[in-house]
Amino acid sequence: MMNRARWLAAAFGLAAAQLGAAAFADAIANDFRPIPAGRFESVIAPQPGVTAADVRAFDLAITPVTNAQFAAFVRAQPAWRRGRVAPLFADTRYLAHWPDAETPTPAQAQQPVTQVSWFAARAYCAAQGGRLPTWHEWEYAAAADATRRDARADPAWRQRLLDWYAQPADELLPAVGQSPANVYGVRDLHGLVWEWVDDAGSLMVSADNRDQGDDPDLLKFCGSGAVTMEQKDQYAVLMRVAMLSSLKASYTTATLGFRCARDADGESR
Amino acid sequence: MKPINGLRGTALALAVLAALSACNGEQPHAAGAAVSAAQATQDTGGSARGDFGPPQGEPIKAVLTSPPNVPPPVNRKHPAKVIVDLEVRELDMEISEGVKYTFWTFGGTVPGSFIRIRQGDTVEFHLKNHPDSKMPHNIDLHGVTGPGGGAASSFTAPGHESQFTFKALNQGLFIYHCATAPVGMHVANGMYGLILVEPPEGLSKVDREYYVVQGDYYTVGKYREKGYQAFDMQKAIDENPTYVLFNGAESALVGANALKANVGETVRLYVGNGGPNLVSSFHVIGEIFDKLWFEGGTRFQENVQTTLIPAGGAAITEFRLEVPGSYVLVDHSIFRAFNKGALAILKVDGAEDKSIYSGKEVDNTYLGDKAVSLASVSEASQAAASGTLTKEQQIKAGGSLYNGTCSVCHQANGEGLPDVFPPLAKSDFLMADKTRAITVVLNGLSGKVTVNGKDFTSVMPPMSQLNDDEVANILSYVTNSWGNQGPAVSPEEVAKVRATTQRPQGAAH
Repeated sequence: MMNRARWLAAAFGLAAAQLGAAAFADAIANDFRPIPAGRFESVIAPQPGVTAADVRAFDLAITPVTNAQFAAFVRAQPAWRRGRVAPLFADTRYLAHWPDAETPTPAQAQQPVTQVSWFAARAYCAAQGGRLPTWHEWEYAAAADATRRDARADPAWRQRLLDWYAQPADELLPAVGQSPANVYGVRDLHGLVWEWVDDAGSLMVSADNRDQGDDPDLLKFCGSGAVTMEQKDQYAVLMRVAMLSSLKASYTTATLGFRCARDADGESR
Repeated sequence: MKPINGLRGTALALAVLAALSACNGEQPHAAGAAVSAAQATQDTGGSARGDFGPPQGEPIKAVLTSPPNVPPPVNRKHPAKVIVDLEVRELDMEISEGVKYTFWTFGGTVPGSFIRIRQGDTVEFHLKNHPDSKMPHNIDLHGVTGPGGGAASSFTAPGHESQFTFKALNQGLFIYHCATAPVGMHVANGMYGLILVEPPEGLSKVDREYYVVQGDYYTVGKYREKGYQAFDMQKAIDENPTYVLFNGAESALVGANALKANVGETVRLYVGNGGPNLVSSFHVIGEIFDKLWFEGGTRFQENVQTTLIPAGGAAITEFRLEVPGSYVLVDHSIFRAFNKGALAILKVDGAEDKSIYSGKEVDNTYLGDKAVSLASVSEASQAAASGTLTKEQQIKAGGSLYNGTCSVCHQANGEGLPDVFPPLAKSDFLMADKTRAITVVLNGLSGKVTVNGKDFTSVMPPMSQLNDDEVANILSYVTNSWGNQGPAVSPEEVAKVRATTQRPQGAAH
């Protein structure tokens, strides 16, 4: 732990030295909200025959990471600059929407960052002393609406989610934090962007990760583990799993961003 | 094992019967051999005889066409490597006049691009998902032999491309569709098309070929409710479509977009049904299919009126045109045609032949109405929105709407039908009370009414699916036509009546 803390301090020190104070504050301004421990019915069974997932208490960022925040990270860690990042870690469209390799446009600044790979998202969170949320953590927090921890049975809640999924992605993204906070005080879990999760790889359609079901080929062509998905009426969530499962960790797309999480005691795993 | 023994027993019994019945001098064995020989020559051998060896010559880039067009015949005597480039686009397009819907498409159209290859061809398939897409997509081609029909190999994130290769072992006309979860929603949003695998000898030459695919659509708003309409998952699960359409829009194949042909020509239609839910009773009003390749298979039936096309299935029809006029393609599960949009027009030009048909228009009642341009309606809506709507615009728009909605009963000349449908022309009942007229349109009318001294006791269904603008325009038209003269009816007056009366559910034409 000491080593990690020292490394982080060094990283931040380096970053602080390179950036203006305001930009640095922006870079670490990921406010978190505590999410209490709980048990819930996930669309993805944690194990065969087990439908309830246990989630330990954790902290989740209020909003997805913005372009401005990610730009500060890129300036602090040039290895994650567009053009310098190893092709293994990010495809050719990585941050391609920025006019240059370090700076988004002013209009983009408060929009959620997209066109980022899983590797880059993970590195960003690690640099903040955090991590990506797991799928179950994300799903658990995203089941809430403004008044209920689990609003998933409400048809109106489902239709709102589907409405966003049905719209094409060619419009300008809104800034983060515009949607109402859910019961935990977290925003934008639905209706803004897709979000990377730490264990996205276990949802993936890749030869080494999909061989656990009864018929892996069947899982593949149904696109997202539809066969093993519990609660088949949760279409909106199903589509999110489908989206994540279509991605490799180096992939970037125009509607995929991320937010960070950390363990409840403030340590990352 | 038991059932097999049972079957064998039946076969033996039939053989004995055949032998017994052959006592009249025929030679049963020879006849049986002739039958099996005939079957052998007719049998194309399916996939077992669909591999004509490795591809020859340079790879060929497939010609893809947007509906209703069909690529030219393959016209090739050897198997080739064919490269298909298909791009997925998610697009806002018009599903009906003034109604927007987000379609997910193969190639930017609904149905997707038509693919035409030859049996035995090796197809190198590139599926590209446009960077603006929000969803991942894949493709399951029913003409592919292998698990998932290609879906497993083509699952593609936005801004990426997948490639897979297959050999087309079976000839026929096949649907392709997206199979990404939730599959039903991807299909309901328009993700399907047709791939034609020609037999090695090709198809016979015809004068025209067209590409039509039926689909059912589920929107949150009612049929023809204006503005942007979102997908309604619950209606889709309930199999209760808002629209049933050919080629993805009410206007896709009518008016200026109608299919065209000439008298004396033979037309071949490649017709698919994307579903996701409904089975089509496909029919062309006023024509008989001279040949029909049921379910897109190898053999044809002759002289068919209506054919079933399953969801995820297709059919090929051929017919020669003898009489000019407008022929209406419908789903003969007929409410879908007149209340949900499943109408398309084949317009045939040429000289009349009175010896075949007396010359009366084939589909005057059905079509004249629906084929009317709705330009005046959209002009009136725009004028209403900007507050410049005139009585003349209302009457003009109302006329188009009247022809599409009311004239089937009340007749185009407003005279109605004696003893059945009351007249609107010079109608004392209509002109006496404006509010009552609005109420009748919105809520329908049943029971005895007296119009111009004559009693009528039929039932008019509620027309509350019409919006306030439409009702106002229709009433302005009927109260100012055929000798009637009255003030215009405003949308506000309609809204007022609508708000104070119970709105029946499930209103229809």
